[in-house]
Amino acid sequence: MNDEIERLQSALRANRPSPSAEVQERALAAALAAFDDHHRTRSKDAVQAEYDNRRRGVWWLFLPVSNWWSRPAFASAITLGLAAVLFVAYLRPFTQPPPPFPAPPLRSGFGASIQEQDWGEEQDDWQGEPPDTLSSLTGVFTSEESAPPLGLRAAPGGRAMHSRTADRAGGPAFRDQGRDRFTAFDPNPVKVTAEEPVSTFSIDVDTASYAFMRASLNQMVLPSQDAVRIEELINYFPYNYSLPDSREAPFAASVAVLPAPWNPTNRLLHIGIRGYTQDPGAAKQANLVFLVDTSGSMNAPNKLPLLVNSLKLLLETLTPQDRVAVVTYAGAAGVALPPTPVAEKPRIHAALDRLGAGGSTAGAEGIRQAYLLAEEHFVADGINRVVLATDGDFNVGIIDPQALTGFVSRKRNSGVYLSVLGFGMGNYNDDVMQRLAQNGNGNAVYIDSLSEARKALSEEATALLFPIAKDVKIQVEFNPATVSEYRLIGYETRMLRREDFSNDQVDAGDIGAGHIVTAIYELTPAGSGAERTAPLRYQAAAPVDSAFKDELAFLKIRYKLPEEETSKLITRPVTSADAATSVAAAPREARFAAAVAAFGQLLRGGRYIGDYDYNDVAALAQDARGQDPYGYRAEFIGLVKLAESAAALAPLPPPDTINGP
Amino acid sequence: MTEPSDDALAIRAGAGDREAFAELLKRHYDRMFRIGVRVLGDADAAADLAQEVCVGLPGKLTSYRREGRFTTWLYRVVVNAARDALRRAATRRRLESDYTALKAPDRPGHSPVESESVWLRQALGRLSAELRTTVILVIEEGLGHAEAGKVLGVTAATVSWRMHKVRKCLRAYAVKEEVVL
Repeated sequence: MNDEIERLQSALRANRPSPSAEVQERALAAALAAFDDHHRTRSKDAVQAEYDNRRRGVWWLFLPVSNWWSRPAFASAITLGLAAVLFVAYLRPFTQPPPPFPAPPLRSGFGASIQEQDWGEEQDDWQGEPPDTLSSLTGVFTSEESAPPLGLRAAPGGRAMHSRTADRAGGPAFRDQGRDRFTAFDPNPVKVTAEEPVSTFSIDVDTASYAFMRASLNQMVLPSQDAVRIEELINYFPYNYSLPDSREAPFAASVAVLPAPWNPTNRLLHIGIRGYTQDPGAAKQANLVFLVDTSGSMNAPNKLPLLVNSLKLLLETLTPQDRVAVVTYAGAAGVALPPTPVAEKPRIHAALDRLGAGGSTAGAEGIRQAYLLAEEHFVADGINRVVLATDGDFNVGIIDPQALTGFVSRKRNSGVYLSVLGFGMGNYNDDVMQRLAQNGNGNAVYIDSLSEARKALSEEATALLFPIAKDVKIQVEFNPATVSEYRLIGYETRMLRREDFSNDQVDAGDIGAGHIVTAIYELTPAGSGAERTAPLRYQAAAPVDSAFKDELAFLKIRYKLPEEETSKLITRPVTSADAATSVAAAPREARFAAAVAAFGQLLRGGRYIGDYDYNDVAALAQDARGQDPYGYRAEFIGLVKLAESAAALAPLPPPDTINGP
Repeated sequence: MTEPSDDALAIRAGAGDREAFAELLKRHYDRMFRIGVRVLGDADAAADLAQEVCVGLPGKLTSYRREGRFTTWLYRVVVNAARDALRRAATRRRLESDYTALKAPDRPGHSPVESESVWLRQALGRLSAELRTTVILVIEEGLGHAEAGKVLGVTAATVSWRMHKVRKCLRAYAVKEEVVL
């Protein structure tokens, strides 16, 4: 008697069922419809959710901590990140050309608290080469797990997006318009200097609006006007402003005055603030233990593989003497890599690559083990830190959250701090993470894409970011003798009352090391005849002291040092000496910022910019692109062109006239 | 130009690449349908099952992660869907009769070889769903015991044991119905 199995096999082979073409076609059509549906709603909802979160400030969790990368500059990374990055992650996981941050240039020496304008054309000290990191990062991007879906490599953003759009079969999916909710606000109006000479606002390092705008334009849809906050677009970009010279003055302000590109009679007053950056050369030796969650829930492309790549990024920022260990918990519990000097990078990479998600077994003593390793190789005067990377599954061996925070804070006293990297969505446990990080004298970061990881980890670590000033407010008093009207571009949601400027109780934005903030006013010179407001009949202009006839405005910046509660004031007049005679003669950074400002205004309807159009913006930006080592500005130019195409498309009818989705 | 691998397509599809997704479906639709027919025993049910799986794939693919072969992953999806379908069908107590109804036109009476294969296919329908799924994966889809185990979420040894049990069952059916294999 033959083997029944073999006979069964041949019986099955003799009669292989095959579907009818019609059945198959129907299934495929249904599946493709489901596919479109899935990807449309997914991107939209996710972006919106993240965006809302950002606006509520959920993720501003920078904690007042000591050294190293536990720094509020995470704020900038995060602000930049969430919406953007999330969206991008959906479009092309891991392929988004990383919008990284160059290592900020360094300068030493001491000097005046406010710098003279000295960031001319020739001074292009991005310190040039994207450091080693870049090549190794590229390595990360092109590694197997992260093979770009469309064959795109880490190319400059604009181009990548273009080809993405072009590659898309059947064009962009339908996306209904106008259902996203944003706080409505009117653009800052033109103010008459004689009536209201003082303008006060809080700085803003948030950049979420840029990400949202980008996401929207990549779908060939203009973002809703209220989604565009111009200051966030402007502040998305790193500008090469001069650095402050000492910790005493935590930031430097650069001022430039240039003709408004969209209205030659008007001037732009461009204020750039750049935070102090610590010398990375003074970096302390690091002793890091990565405590990695390998539970089954980490088994998703935006979790474990991203985590591994993020940690590789972090590695690139460490010096060869630093030590790294990897402990896993859940699934495969135990020491995946004993403390290893970073010099032996291949070993560390190999250990990271071996991490695999699966199973749900509690790694019994994961966190204790991690701390044990950290303590074993404790570096006095160094950075001793456990980096917990998880999606919120705190199955780390100590189950009770109370006990866990207690444990972490006890360990903090021993000098080993804890930082938390959050991954993925779903069972992401924001509250516990924050509490843990807080108690561990560390910080929590949410990482949802490699570019976010780069922003958060790589930039962090190189710049050694930390809070340098809080409650930073800017007040500008305009001189009615020289400026008849002014208008602040953007910052609508950040306006302060005049008296709040000197009130230390009033909260304002913070600046972390390396943060760059830009504000632009449009000024109408007195006597230019370009005033939008007709003069009044009964109000005589106040006489102006001729001593100030050269001054356009007086800039005041108030800030508090991180540990202090009393604010400090720095001031500087803006004089005609700051003015460039033509747009082309203006500093490059100011020109680029002006291009971004013009773009933001166009997206918001262009009330004040006449017939300046997308082509003009693109030309201005192109001209002011500069070195742009990471392609941020190239991406911007791509977006401008996308916006032009999107604007040319007939807008969809408002949602209430559409039947169904 | 070489064809992109299933894996590459799956990752691209998960990222929102429509063409990759369509290509993936084209490559694997037959497979889904075939397993449906074998496990559910009914062409219509299999068509429904395959469609259900296809429609569910966009969501599943976004969390697809390269580990092992794509087909292993896909088998797991299909087998799970089939298991659910069976569970639903079982509540209606329809499975057995459907299976025999489908096969009724080619009941014994032709050449011995053909009648034997028909008998075998019917016997397959009488096995428990667990055994049936296992045996289909191993002998029709050609999976190794280890891989089939991965699909089914059991160890290779369990698959081997199930194959042994299938053999025993078939033999028992044969003895009972006096069929000479």
